Amino acid sequence: MDNYKKTELPEMVKITKIVYENPYVRTFFIGRKIDAQPGQFVMVWLPDLDEKPFSLSYAGNKTAITVEEKGKFTSALFKMKAGDKIGIRGPYGNGFTLKADACVVAGGCGVAPLANLIERLKNPLIIQGARSRDRIIFKGRFKGASITTDDGTAGTKGFVTDVLEAQLAKNKFSIVYTCGPEAMMKRVFEICERHGIECEASLERFMKCGFGVCGQCEADGLRVCKDGPVFPSAHLRKIKDFGSFARLKSGEKVAISDYAKWRCQ
Amino acid sequence: MNLETSLCGIKLANPVILASGILGVSRSLLSEVIRNGAGAVTIKSISLEAREGHKNPTVIAFDAGLMNAVGYSNPGTAGAKKEFTGLKGLGAPVFASIIGQDASEFEKVAEALGGLEFSAIEIPLSCPHTPGFGTLAGQDTPEKTHEIVRAVIKKTKLPVFVKLSPITRNIGDVARAAEKAGASAITAVNTMGPGMIINIDAKKPVLGFRMGGVSGPALKPVAIRCVYDIYESVKIPIIGIGGIMTGRDAIEMMMAGAKAIGVGSAVHYRGMDVFKKICSEMSEWMYENGYESFDGIIGAAHG
Ligand SMILES: Cc1cc2nc3c(=O)[nH]c(=O)nc-3n(C[C@H](O)[C@H](O)[C@H](O)COP(=O)(O)O)c2cc1C
Ligand code: FES
Repeated sequence: MDNYKKTELPEMVKITKIVYENPYVRTFFIGRKIDAQPGQFVMVWLPDLDEKPFSLSYAGNKTAITVEEKGKFTSALFKMKAGDKIGIRGPYGNGFTLKADACVVAGGCGVAPLANLIERLKNPLIIQGARSRDRIIFKGRFKGASITTDDGTAGTKGFVTDVLEAQLAKNKFSIVYTCGPEAMMKRVFEICERHGIECEASLERFMKCGFGVCGQCEADGLRVCKDGPVFPSAHLRKIKDFGSFARLKSGEKVAISDYAKWRCQ
Repeated sequence: MNLETSLCGIKLANPVILASGILGVSRSLLSEVIRNGAGAVTIKSISLEAREGHKNPTVIAFDAGLMNAVGYSNPGTAGAKKEFTGLKGLGAPVFASIIGQDASEFEKVAEALGGLEFSAIEIPLSCPHTPGFGTLAGQDTPEKTHEIVRAVIKKTKLPVFVKLSPITRNIGDVARAAEKAGASAITAVNTMGPGMIINIDAKKPVLGFRMGGVSGPALKPVAIRCVYDIYESVKIPIIGIGGIMTGRDAIEMMMAGAKAIGVGSAVHYRGMDVFKKICSEMSEWMYENGYESFDGIIGAAHG
């Protein structure tokens, strides 16, 4: 039966532990068990400031979000200490499917939801990219990741897509999971299309409600908060905005690079 | 069951309309809503210039409805002109919703959107949570309503719907002022309040704007009474909105006097296909009770 009492309100939960992943990124563990699929997200509320979506980087017994400091909201979060409280509602959206013979391609902070996924997959091939050595997140959390850095300070110098191409030339995968900068995900998707391999990508758009009513997060008729954030190839083919356009807070559609700049405020 | 109806000469496959501010930010989402069974759709309200709206949280759900203080975020007339093209191709009528801080701004927005293929223009004079607009700007008085409606109908040949607030003291008088000024229909109602929800652990109001408009089940009895009062006051058709979740709710709203009904918050409770669900539940009820059309249902609770 339909549930007319479905509430969507933030609950204040304690930060139990903060892990410094690198100079720019911290993981905030919270004292609340959230049953979520890898790929699902929560809305984080800092009273008097704002509320923003973050995917869960740990879910189940340990629940956490992993955050890069890049604007007013994240700076405020970085000033918080273990014992402080933040507002949480969710989890929202869908998650990644869990398939065998998977390849996981992560760029920058995109490794957050994927780390949660990797821990539930059986021996996936992991390709993790970062701008430089000091930007790598979750060093040692999973074994055997192929690391690439833009400047060659760790792993191989180059892009995750180069490693993916090389891998696809010699190995078979049933699926490629990806999360990272949208331009990177677009290239990963195009490579998958060329090789006839299923792809799932986790998209990011500015959100308001998070539960599918306001329309703010839409991309070609799909709601990233409700129909996504994880989209399979069938949807990625349909979403013309993928890799190209996103909406500002006013709803104005702009180039994805301008959107990314605005998001860092 | 034939659910076809017409509203100010506009043919609708069914009387279930998407309310403004829910999903209506893009042409492709409107298309999805129509695919899910809506007889017509309303876009999210457009102002002259782009607006960012209030800070988050902007939309929440409590145990009896939704509360929002989106604050009229919208891409302005320039953005709307890019977004809402080729509307005739969508397969159902699309209604514009326009807002302004005064009559001349309303005029300018109506004019700017004139070239697009909207079937009607709705003017909400009733938002309870955006300074400069709606009830916070006193646009819900009979005098202001008259002035703004006159201004808009000068600039458009389309039917003009006036959207009223449930907190207006004598809603019948405002509806009459709208009718006298030349409005083609009344849309009733907008969200109620403003209300407030405080998180007691944070000791803070949850919404970014602190207060917001109440919609969904909590609003329904108030909306039904408003539509009942308006039906007693005017002859022009009424689009009844507020807490409609099911086909039975829709019939109830029609018995209060609505010719068509608007649905917003129910998208949260029953999904995007709520439009189809409400239509089939209405059909079922009508079949069981021996109705072949809406004659005999609309306004049945009066007298
Ligand atoms: C998130 C949200 C945004 C809304 N935005 C607008 C708006 O921009 N313009 C408007 O006229 N009404 C707006 N409304 C009011 C609805 O159109 C409708 O009148 C109200 O929600 C009552 O209907 P419901 O109970 O079916 O939701 C909004 C409502 C919600 C929940
Ligand atoms: S954020 Fe409101 S629909 Fe996605």
